[in-house]
Amino acid sequence: MAIEKEKLIDMYHRMVRIRRFEEKVVDEFAAGRIVGFVHLYIGEEAVAVGACANLGDDDYITSTHRGHGHLIAKGGKTERMMAELFGKKTGYCKGKGGSMHIADVDIGILGANGIVGAGIPIAAGAALSAKLRGTAQVAICFFGDGASNTTRFHEGINLASAWKLPVVYVCENNMYAISVPQSKHQNIADIADRATAYGIPGVVVDGNDVIAVYEAVGEAVARARRGEGPTLIECKTYRHRGHFEGDPTPYRTKEEVDEWKKKDPISRFKGKLIEMGVLAEKEADEIDREMKGEIDKAVKFAEESPLPEPEETLEDVYA
Amino acid sequence: MREITFAQAITEALDEEMARDPSVFIMGEDVGVYGGILGQLAGLFDKYGPDRVRDTPISETAIVGAAVGAAATGMRPVPEIMFCDFLGVPMDEILNQLTKMRYMFGGKAKLPIVIRTLIGAGIGAAAQHSQCLEALFMHIPGIKVVIPSTPYDAKGLLKSAIRDDSPVIYFEHKLLIVMPLKGEVPEEEYTIPLGKADIKREGKDVTVVATALMVHRALAAAAKLQEKGVSIEVIDPRTLVPLDKQTIIDSVKKTGRLVIMTEECKTGSSAAEIAAIVAEEAFDSLDAPIKRVNAPDTPVPFSPVLEKFYMPDEENLIKAVTEIV
Ligand SMILES: Cc1ncc(C[n+]2csc(CCOP(=O)(O)OP(=O)(O)O)c2C)c(N)n1
Ligand SMILES: [Mg+2]
Repeated sequence: MAIEKEKLIDMYHRMVRIRRFEEKVVDEFAAGRIVGFVHLYIGEEAVAVGACANLGDDDYITSTHRGHGHLIAKGGKTERMMAELFGKKTGYCKGKGGSMHIADVDIGILGANGIVGAGIPIAAGAALSAKLRGTAQVAICFFGDGASNTTRFHEGINLASAWKLPVVYVCENNMYAISVPQSKHQNIADIADRATAYGIPGVVVDGNDVIAVYEAVGEAVARARRGEGPTLIECKTYRHRGHFEGDPTPYRTKEEVDEWKKKDPISRFKGKLIEMGVLAEKEADEIDREMKGEIDKAVKFAEESPLPEPEETLEDVYA
Repeated sequence: MREITFAQAITEALDEEMARDPSVFIMGEDVGVYGGILGQLAGLFDKYGPDRVRDTPISETAIVGAAVGAAATGMRPVPEIMFCDFLGVPMDEILNQLTKMRYMFGGKAKLPIVIRTLIGAGIGAAAQHSQCLEALFMHIPGIKVVIPSTPYDAKGLLKSAIRDDSPVIYFEHKLLIVMPLKGEVPEEEYTIPLGKADIKREGKDVTVVATALMVHRALAAAAKLQEKGVSIEVIDPRTLVPLDKQTIIDSVKKTGRLVIMTEECKTGSSAAEIAAIVAEEAFDSLDAPIKRVNAPDTPVPFSPVLEKFYMPDEENLIKAVTEIV
């Protein structure tokens, strides 16, 4: 299946936007202008972008603690995200959520989440709602290799498969749950194998190949929209940075990190696009400049935005 | 005397108890090579190895459930639930297994388990990593609730908790660890009995009962109030179950005034329980209404300006005291 040039360039844009956003977050965190727990997605951009490229604004996603990439891929605005990280009133959550809780329900983003695995049944619920309301909407649930060991993984995916709900489970296997390598937290190599237990398709893809992710998730989304139920897609990938900013990473070697940096999903995609004749080096530079400009503007917006009033703490508890 | 940090006090208690009793073992997320998310277990993995310091999958239900099974069959597990907010996951294991088994079996089973977990706001960790949930567990008969405020107490109480034959939940305030709070701890071995409050500062005008981080804020407020001629007695119960009612009541008999300061949301908090006990058992000693200084009944907000507003502080306590003296 040939992917339109416009689509490919749009995916490239989004990947670069995520990377530039997060590189800025690294600096702002180091400067103490962003506080709290910040989990970066650098190195995993192909998963969010390849998956979300199959969705429209009214489809749903559930995200994780490592959520910036999912949000941007789904259409989240970088200035409102940055303002949230700065704890400002103009942020997506009015400063109440921070990095781990950014959400934009208006475009189907049901939130980053500080509780590992929590999105799995929530995505099933969004898919159930789409089914009950008789729409063609689907939900994509992102979660990690670590999350595949939670109670929710079993209960959520079992429910979704028993009820043939329109949901796609996208497991980002970056080989670690904080410090614990996959080989020590589960007795299998491919998480996709678990699909068998639910009677649904299980697919392993190279999570650093955005086109491979796009195509695998595309098939699963089509299946979901046809009413045939969920798919479990495992994307093998790697986070370049520590679990969170400030993590000294005593559990992995520099060699391993360097090995994975060579498989960087953005340089790979860029090389491929150039090879396909879809993108010229000059255009790639232009996209990079454009994204840097956008992120600088996002920081400026965040800086200039007002802080919430302390009493706003008391608002939004009940509807 | 030498000074050590709050985290070191926890490590030392675990180290000494593991050395003393081979049935003591640790399991939890990132307790191994990582040494605990805030370094509370530094060095234990190297010393005791992967059998006794066990990294688990992200499976809180299995962590607490397996602790119940291991404890019922002769081991003394010290499971860790990284943040108390994650205790929602293994709640059945706590609510219906851990705290019910002994009673339901007519006193036959022994479940010597200490669940260690982090509480508290103050580091911008937001709504799902900052709660103070001690009252939830006070409400469940069958589990003891420990909440230390100093390295000395942290060590002595953890050692007693591990030796106790009943289930214990042990709360570590993350700000005390990351500050890091240092305090005097003797080289020699000691334990602190569960159920014995500590008077952190003697005074005669107002009794302030405080826990965890709030003990330090109460002491700071007490120093300021002293300058204004108001003498504050600060009591740290150290364990909420069992609760040393007598020390609190004796103090109220002396001062006639009580303020309770905890970081929990106000409704249904440990402060509410302590207020009820004093109202019930020492009403005649009170010269003024009981006051509570707590967080508001909201989730914990992220933005530092909101989080600061959310957390009870010295000013809040001084205001409450001023209203009743
Ligand atoms: C229920 C729960 N348990 C533990 C944690 C602490 N925690 C946060 S992220 C994380 C590791 C998650 O690993 P994985 O699912 O593989 O996602 P990754 O961080 O690798 O993207 C853990 C243990 C949590 N947030 N929620
Ligand atoms: Mg992972």
